[in-house]
Amino acid sequence: MNSPASGADVSDLHVRLHGVTRTYPPAAADRAPLHALGPIDLALKRGEFFSVVGPSGCGKSTLLDVIAGLAAPSAGSVTFEDRPVAGLVPDGIGVVFQEDASFPWLSVYDNAAFALRRAGVAEPEVRERVEPTLAFMGLTGFARAYPAQLSGGMRQRLCIARTLVTRPRLLLLDEPFGALDQQTRLLMGDELLNLWRETGATILLITHSLDEASLLSDRIGVMSARPGVFIDVVATGWPRARDSRIVSDAAFGTLTGRLWASLREQSIKALAMVS
Amino acid sequence: MPASPDADGAIMAGRTARPGQGRLRDHAALIDAALLIAGLGVLWQAGSMLLGREALPSPAATVEKLAAIINDADFPAHAFETARAFVTALVIALLAGLVIGLALGASRLAGEVAEPLLVGLYAIPKITLYPVILLLFGLGISAKIAFGVIHGVIPVIVFTMNAVRNIPGIYFRAARTMRLSVMQTACTIVIPAALPEIISGFRVGFALTLLGTLIGEMFASQRGIGYMLVRAMETNDTLTVMALAFLLVVLATAASTALLAVDRRLHARAQPSSGS
Amino acid sequence: MTVVMTRADWIRLALVAGALVSLEAACRAGFVSKDAVIPPTVMLQGAWRALHAEETRGDLFYTLHTVGLSLVLSLAAGAAIGALLHSLPRLRRVLDPLLASYYAVPTFVFYPLFIVLFGLNRWPLVAIGFLFAVVAVAINTLDGLSRIPRAYRRTAAVMRLSPAQSLIHVILPAASPWFFTGAKFAVAYSFIGVIAGEFVVSGAGMGHAIAFAYNSFDNRMMYGLIVLLFVVVGGINTALWSIERRLYARLAGR
Repeated sequence: MNSPASGADVSDLHVRLHGVTRTYPPAAADRAPLHALGPIDLALKRGEFFSVVGPSGCGKSTLLDVIAGLAAPSAGSVTFEDRPVAGLVPDGIGVVFQEDASFPWLSVYDNAAFALRRAGVAEPEVRERVEPTLAFMGLTGFARAYPAQLSGGMRQRLCIARTLVTRPRLLLLDEPFGALDQQTRLLMGDELLNLWRETGATILLITHSLDEASLLSDRIGVMSARPGVFIDVVATGWPRARDSRIVSDAAFGTLTGRLWASLREQSIKALAMVS
Repeated sequence: MPASPDADGAIMAGRTARPGQGRLRDHAALIDAALLIAGLGVLWQAGSMLLGREALPSPAATVEKLAAIINDADFPAHAFETARAFVTALVIALLAGLVIGLALGASRLAGEVAEPLLVGLYAIPKITLYPVILLLFGLGISAKIAFGVIHGVIPVIVFTMNAVRNIPGIYFRAARTMRLSVMQTACTIVIPAALPEIISGFRVGFALTLLGTLIGEMFASQRGIGYMLVRAMETNDTLTVMALAFLLVVLATAASTALLAVDRRLHARAQPSSGS
Repeated sequence: MTVVMTRADWIRLALVAGALVSLEAACRAGFVSKDAVIPPTVMLQGAWRALHAEETRGDLFYTLHTVGLSLVLSLAAGAAIGALLHSLPRLRRVLDPLLASYYAVPTFVFYPLFIVLFGLNRWPLVAIGFLFAVVAVAINTLDGLSRIPRAYRRTAAVMRLSPAQSLIHVILPAASPWFFTGAKFAVAYSFIGVIAGEFVVSGAGMGHAIAFAYNSFDNRMMYGLIVLLFVVVGGINTALWSIERRLYARLAGR
């Protein structure tokens, strides 16, 4: 079992979480506060692909919120590129959400160009950045179409494209392929790996699919049921040039088995909490 | 969510809040209601003092006058007249609306044909038809009932039609796999599934039928609360106008709140509570 | 813009045409009393004649002007109230029963009060139209704001938009279809309120003109005015309803 913080150079650490906790105030006066997450210790190396798996309700999405600066931790510290993150989104972070966040009133092109235009980037440069990104995500033919005309998978691609255009150094994805069927998920996973190699960004992927985590990541963090803490961090050892065909590798089965061994008990606990 | 009369209807039926969360919410709701009534009372009193007692009678004066009106010997006859017209109109509107709505909901083509017509009829100022109704029915209770019906029947039709249309197709497939007969399907699946929206339609229909009947009384009658209202208007008897208006507001709100509680309970039962 | 007629459209057209033809026949054959209903063709004649009468045009303009005032006021106030309620959930909860029962209350009964307050001019009419329309606008604005998916606001946060940018580029476009629905109701309800008021007590406007024609036993004029009014109001409402449909079509799949 690997220790959560790797022993690499401090400057190599892109994101650091130390003792991060998040609690919500009680719903009624006589109830206890809701301890949603933590304490979490995590260090992400620059350019690594890290997945988080865990049962429902364990706080995976809260973790993403805290790292992105969308929510402030109740305790502990978050650092991105050696600067503290506290409730404000720093420059260089991109997020793809679970729900489709494409804006239905804008065309695909305008959606992709949205962040740049709001930041005041001039049109020629906007075009320079948007067109290749749309091409990379296979959306060039749909530039003038509206999200309503696209399938779910394509809309998620649009959301990813929109984020990519801003050239994020850290990409956070919250179950981005949740609504898609298995085959599409596998192909999208390949695209994600492509993207990861092309951009050199650090990626944190939250997923409930053990296969997906095993397939895509350099390291996988297994979270416990609420309040979520890391009970295991597994290094996969895959080469950088990987794709979905590694499902046939024996190590893939072993890996998934190990994840489930840690996760099974937690999932049962989580199920009991909800019902 | 695509706009359609049923989406509009949800708005017009006043479902602005999420389905309630049990007893804790009921206590808070009572406090809120008390606050609301107190707030309105204060505004009323302030308005009365600002605009003058002749323009806007105070709450106290209004209630006093209302008591006097109710105790008056003529009042029961008027009230009965209005009630008679209203109840008749309501029964017709609800029944006809239900039957027509069910028919339109069952047949997709019929529904498609009828929908724009219904929407058009709903949006048009039906008071424009009033002279026509007077010409057709003459002065008297039939005209009042007719007016109440044309106001109330349309929302009932629209809500019922949408209630049936919106029954998820999967329910019918489930019924077939369970080998239910048509009758069983209708009684155990269609009606319970459509009931919340149908009741919403009844609620809106109730309100509009009341409005229609009252306005009808203002024109076509020598009796009834609407008639009393018109007389008071003509003689500039602001106090009576206010007293009657207050009575109507209280009655309508009470009835509407009761129906709303039923409506909400049915809808809460129909909605799954949000999961993790 | 081509207009495509579906099967339903043809059937509807046939039904309406059939009804008109039957009415025409019934009137001409004497099945319906001539004092009650006149044949549709004569109604149309009446409408045509009314349209050319200067007084009718004056009445129509009066009504439209009054409705316009009611519309502008109810849109502004309704949007403000809706936005306010959205940002103050406690207030919203307190007012919820009021909003839910609002359209059950015959607010029309306050019309005489407005006459006392404002005088015998167009302002009591504006007030009635306003009372009818404002709550529909508020409820729809509130609904639109509530339906903005959390993911949009979070996307705006990740993109580091300022509050003003967030409002203009995300919140307003996202809520605009529902606001349009509110506006659609505001138009319809303003017409209903204003014309009802004109019927009861007014010196001008289409409602007044129709009532006057009725009281003067001038059926041709009366029906003519009714047809004219239906065409104008019906036309406006139909246009708004179809624009709304297209607006929401863009959001299909949401």
